[in-house]
Amino acid sequence: MAIFDDPFDAGRDLAACACGQHRSAAEHDRALQLRCEAADSEEKRYERMVASAVMRAVFPQDSARRVFLKTVGASTALAVLSQVFPLKTATEAFADTGTPEKKDLKVGFIPITCATPIIMGAPLGFYAKHGLNVEVVKTAGWAVIRDKTINKEYDASHMLAPMPIAISMGLGAQPIPFAVPAIENINGQGITLAIKHKDRRDPKDWKGMKFAIPFDYSMHNYLLRYYLAEHGIDPDTDVQLRSVPPPEMVANLRADNIDGFLAPDNICQRAIYDGAGFLHVLSKEIWDGHPCCSFAASRDFIAAAPNSFAALTRAIVDATAYASKAENRKQIAEAIAPANYINAPVTVLEQVLTGTYADGLGGIKTDPKRVDFDPFPWQSFAVWMLTQMKRWGQIKGDVDYKAVAEQVYLATDTGKLMQEMGLTPPAGAYKSFSVMGKTFDPDKPDDYLAGFKIRKAS
Amino acid sequence: MSTSLRLRAAIVSIVLFVAFLGIWQLATRSGAAATNMSPEYAKLMGATATQGASAMPGPIEVGAKLWEHLRRPFYDNGPNDKGLGIQLGYSIARVGLGYLLAVVIAIPLGFLIGMSPLISRALDPFIQILKPISPLAWMPLALYTIKDSGLSAIFVIFICSVWPMLINTAFGVASVRKEWINVARTLEVGTFRRAFTVILPAAAPTILTGMRISIGIAWLVIVAAEMLVGGTGIGYFVWNEWNNLSITNVIIAILLIGLVGMLLDQVLARVTRLVTFPE
Repeated sequence: MAIFDDPFDAGRDLAACACGQHRSAAEHDRALQLRCEAADSEEKRYERMVASAVMRAVFPQDSARRVFLKTVGASTALAVLSQVFPLKTATEAFADTGTPEKKDLKVGFIPITCATPIIMGAPLGFYAKHGLNVEVVKTAGWAVIRDKTINKEYDASHMLAPMPIAISMGLGAQPIPFAVPAIENINGQGITLAIKHKDRRDPKDWKGMKFAIPFDYSMHNYLLRYYLAEHGIDPDTDVQLRSVPPPEMVANLRADNIDGFLAPDNICQRAIYDGAGFLHVLSKEIWDGHPCCSFAASRDFIAAAPNSFAALTRAIVDATAYASKAENRKQIAEAIAPANYINAPVTVLEQVLTGTYADGLGGIKTDPKRVDFDPFPWQSFAVWMLTQMKRWGQIKGDVDYKAVAEQVYLATDTGKLMQEMGLTPPAGAYKSFSVMGKTFDPDKPDDYLAGFKIRKAS
Repeated sequence: MSTSLRLRAAIVSIVLFVAFLGIWQLATRSGAAATNMSPEYAKLMGATATQGASAMPGPIEVGAKLWEHLRRPFYDNGPNDKGLGIQLGYSIARVGLGYLLAVVIAIPLGFLIGMSPLISRALDPFIQILKPISPLAWMPLALYTIKDSGLSAIFVIFICSVWPMLINTAFGVASVRKEWINVARTLEVGTFRRAFTVILPAAAPTILTGMRISIGIAWLVIVAAEMLVGGTGIGYFVWNEWNNLSITNVIIAILLIGLVGMLLDQVLARVTRLVTFPE
């Protein structure tokens, strides 16, 4: 591949000259006789590489690109492109050979197994490997982690996957642009019910029950609402949904204050461990491969310390790759269990991570994919979340789904970075998936949304 | 008589304490072990579910854990796990800072309000509205505007301890005996001298009572504030152990919070006694 292409030169074929310094292969060959040298700096090279990739993505056909460039001129094209795509940021983020601007970083996390890659990066040395000295700081709740990250007390944070979208769009606060370079975990949640409901397994009988969710802008909220609505229960009128911080959930379940919750793991397993509840369904059974938590940073931080951000992302991708291997899970459970990290019994974490677990009703179940780790930030995930935000009245009016998704979920950037690390990222940023048997087409979010009978009247 | 009374009181205290421990121990005895549970399944479950152990620890368990904490109060296992001594130190420092800030502002302002009926009337509606607000209700606003969680916690301590001091100072200053002020006036004592040599000593007991109430409230609030903000402090410790559903550690923290609160109160009680005068 000609990674040095100047894609803004109208008179030239893309992927024709091997070194990218020349207009055509013939010219390249001529120059080769005079020795072709890549004289550009590292930074320039990355800039071109990113620009070239974007140009190719926008104009897959060479002829169309040429016409476009001839009409508007290269500099205008570059300006237009920079408008829709953060070329500069992306370029800086990929100039990975640069040393981190800031080595001592603070990363916030909530003590749940979703944060596994973020947490284990410290005790297992993933941050150190990428030249960073990261302090992972336990935080009391989602609103606090949001405020501390916005306040720049944290450089980056563990956030629920919809949170960076909500913050970027200014839902509940003034808009502050955030970005998600990596998804933390997929699956790994569950609906837990109080033991007394063990004979009431049909959601149709759940009218009048009280459920806890961790936060309004969470996959938990959307998945529980989706699950209830699919069974004919209107989550706004037939049941009560309460935002409860995860540690309070088990205590509330035992005290009979709530009937159940859709919560992150180790909380589900903890309720079982303490004999307070049983697992009704894993979130995997609602949507296999759903994202849950994300790794997020503000655009300010990315612009101020692009190399640090790139190194952080690499460390997280690295840790995620390590965590996705079943054989490493026991070691990880032990590393993240102490009081300094999750502060939970090792048995509980092991059951979550290895997927061999007590279901709370006397049975032992095995599902190695109960929780899994895959860092790629699919933009179609973001589009799905936006459809649900709209469905439940968190967003009013029209939404430019893809524009928001592309602004917040850095699929292209992370894909490149994964490639550099020798991993194989997916080719696109959008994929279709199915939630409870209903297929989601990221190209037709409004049609998808229109297909739901139960939704908040807007 | 007084020694025998003290002795008898001590004996009653000890009897009550022992009875309390006894009832506690009895109440938390483990129930029947769960039957019909396969050993593999039991291995995956906690003691509450398998042995019917009470979720509430007994006094012996708490004592053992307390001893463990007291043996190494200053360990530091990283940013999220520090010894109880360090946590208490953080909390006391936060309370101290917020409280001092409140003293610096409340006492001069209280003086002004007490000495000037005009200012008193003018500020009254604001004080009446701001006083009953729960200090924690300020937290989201503080986090949003101050943009620093540590300072926000200190601000919350400040705002909760400022009112009792302000009101007591104003009341103390306003109720200094008129005769004393009139004597000072006939002797042509200047305003500042009158404030420092006549009013301040006369109002000191009331002011210190206000300060004593404030430190109590500040210590109450810091635990809740730290549970919200996290990071360090005894409130964070409680939250972190709650997260782990470790009731034993929560009880230990409660015990220590009570002890420190009592110490702070005693210090101010001593100072109050120093400035009290017989009429």
